Amino acid sequence: MEFKDYYAVMGVARDAAQDEIKRAYRKLARKYHPDVSKEKDAEARFKEVGEAYEVLKDPEKRAAYDRLASSWRPGEEFRPPPDWDAGFEFSGGGVGPEAGSAFSDFFESLFGRGRGGGTGGARGATFRARGQDHHAKVLVDLEDSLQGATRAITLRMPELTADGHVTTRERTLNVRIPQGVRNGQQIRLAGHGGAGLGNAPPGDLYLEVELRPHPLYRVDGTDLYLDLPVAPWEAALGATVQVPTPAGTVDLKIPAGSATDRKLRLKGRGLPAREPGDLYVVLRVTLPPADTERARALYRRMQEELHFDPRAGLGR
Amino acid sequence: MGGQSLSVLTGVVLDENTLVTFTELCQSCDVESDVVAEMVEIGILDPTGGAPGDWRFEAGALRRAATAARLQRDLGVNLAGAALALELLERIERLEARLRALKGY
Repeated sequence: MEFKDYYAVMGVARDAAQDEIKRAYRKLARKYHPDVSKEKDAEARFKEVGEAYEVLKDPEKRAAYDRLASSWRPGEEFRPPPDWDAGFEFSGGGVGPEAGSAFSDFFESLFGRGRGGGTGGARGATFRARGQDHHAKVLVDLEDSLQGATRAITLRMPELTADGHVTTRERTLNVRIPQGVRNGQQIRLAGHGGAGLGNAPPGDLYLEVELRPHPLYRVDGTDLYLDLPVAPWEAALGATVQVPTPAGTVDLKIPAGSATDRKLRLKGRGLPAREPGDLYVVLRVTLPPADTERARALYRRMQEELHFDPRAGLGR
Repeated sequence: MGGQSLSVLTGVVLDENTLVTFTELCQSCDVESDVVAEMVEIGILDPTGGAPGDWRFEAGALRRAATAARLQRDLGVNLAGAALALELLERIERLEARLRALKGY
């Protein structure tokens, strides 16, 4: 176990005042909150900051930590001395259940879980005997949503051991991926959440769907978007070209006089639903390279004969 | 639960046709009932039905309520602040989805 420098985590000096620590925490919490942050390691950083604040905001814990910190360097192998907290009084409380379940071994070795005060389901006044509902995010291939599929999904869930420590348990579920499932939708698996207390029923498991990026199609709700490269003469003169769709290749008529970015809609060829989504084919006019003398001659001829001013609309 | 892992589990997709009761919402999001009632008052959640016992929420409310509760708890904002953050987050999410669909990033 490594010694953790909570001051470095919070970016404050060792002699920082309590309100300075609070300000630093608020700022970092906003920056790394998993619901808000775009940072890659937001969740890990958020937990780390929460843990540091849990210690530094509490003058009792902070004083005990400071005494320890004077003889350890960050990253150094750490084992708490047997009587390290002798002479310090802890009034407990304050650790939220969410936060308490995520703290590091380092934190637990110092302050344990019992002193933290959080005990999962029994928060507040309502006591619930039914098992807790669990939530997990799952990545789903677009093909699986288009056709429906059965997939083995491995979930890691934190679990409280008999002696009050947190371990991670893996379980694999074979889950039917319903046809047409979309980004952000949840699949509820009744009775597959946390175990109930006594004879009470278990909670439910909610799987939040995130569609994996697809090499061809982009997804917006139930609609799909496909980029279709076309040659300038196909766009200008019109053409019938072959286009991939989730249900197989189709012939698509490109109207004469099409420009790049033009969207052609194939109705009902998006994600299946009561009202199925559409497939939008987005034209991308692609220029032939002018890498031979012949090609350059053709471009030059267009230049001379077309009198084309692409910037006519700029109003010079 | 381990022994069941080989059987195929069929769940229910919570889509726009799914309605969730007050109790189910509190249970699923692990949010106290009075907090949920406050979320309704502020307009974070917009159930049908008059009295709390008759409230029916659409499936998206599960995610909203859980996110609002986390923002409130973790960032020290009140529910009105959480509501504002939530609305902006959802707007960003919609815009980013549009952007991805149109531009292909």
